[in-house]
Amino acid sequence: MKNVTVSGKTIEEAVDAGLDKLEVEKENVNIKVIEEPQKGFLGLIGNRPAIVELTLKPDPCQEALNFLRDTIDKMGVEVSIEKEEVKDGFVFQITGEQIGILIGKRGQTLDSLQYLVNLVANRYANEYIRITLDAEGYRERRKQALEQLAERIRNKVLRMKKEVRLEPMSAQERKVIHTTLQKDGDVKTFSSGEEPNRRIVVAPK
Amino acid sequence: MKELVESIAKALVDYPEDVQVREEETNGSITVTLSVHTDDMGKVIGKQGRIAKSIRSVVYAAGANQQKRVYLEIG
Repeated sequence: MKNVTVSGKTIEEAVDAGLDKLEVEKENVNIKVIEEPQKGFLGLIGNRPAIVELTLKPDPCQEALNFLRDTIDKMGVEVSIEKEEVKDGFVFQITGEQIGILIGKRGQTLDSLQYLVNLVANRYANEYIRITLDAEGYRERRKQALEQLAERIRNKVLRMKKEVRLEPMSAQERKVIHTTLQKDGDVKTFSSGEEPNRRIVVAPK
Repeated sequence: MKELVESIAKALVDYPEDVQVREEETNGSITVTLSVHTDDMGKVIGKQGRIAKSIRSVVYAAGANQQKRVYLEIG
């Protein structure tokens, strides 16, 4: 049931009745007043109730999931997608044999899909929601690879006593490197350049 | 390829009825041309072309899956 039309003595009463019917909260619906209530002559003749129409607002996460499903289908790739709720939003887990196509070189395709999915979700959201796409544990594997890279670079910088510039990376990937290298504190890290060519520089202290 | 571009664009814009996509194939490569309502240009291009870049990378991946080179033009 996507919308209901209900009547009541006042607009508020009609809205409440509608919310009960849909079993949702007020912030999840759009309310349209179809008819204002009218008091008849001396409250006797011509009393007319208020009529309102409540329409369920689309759920941002569901819209985003539909969008992703549809896009991947049209790419001609067969996968299954599962939604997971996490503390700062949602993770869509994508699994399947042809997963490599969706990940792309250094996760470029996955990051692009993720960016589009977030745009779609936030068209429907009142508050910003964050959706992460993961593919067969790619995010975790990439994080480990970046941590190892960070350690190698750290050793190189300490040995050569010269700064080292890394390849351009996305904000999330740079964060992994910064976090890893700030723990020990024997080198300093900063980013330079403009997106999308922003890159990390690791320098001796 | 046409359906893919069309459905991505429609999900992003305010005037989905004004989304138009043309597809031309010339010896192994496909050129897809997307046009949208003037007010929606920003919705498919984005700041510094970030949205356009993301759409392209998804479309290229789909093309590579079919061993085809795809070009996406927006305008």
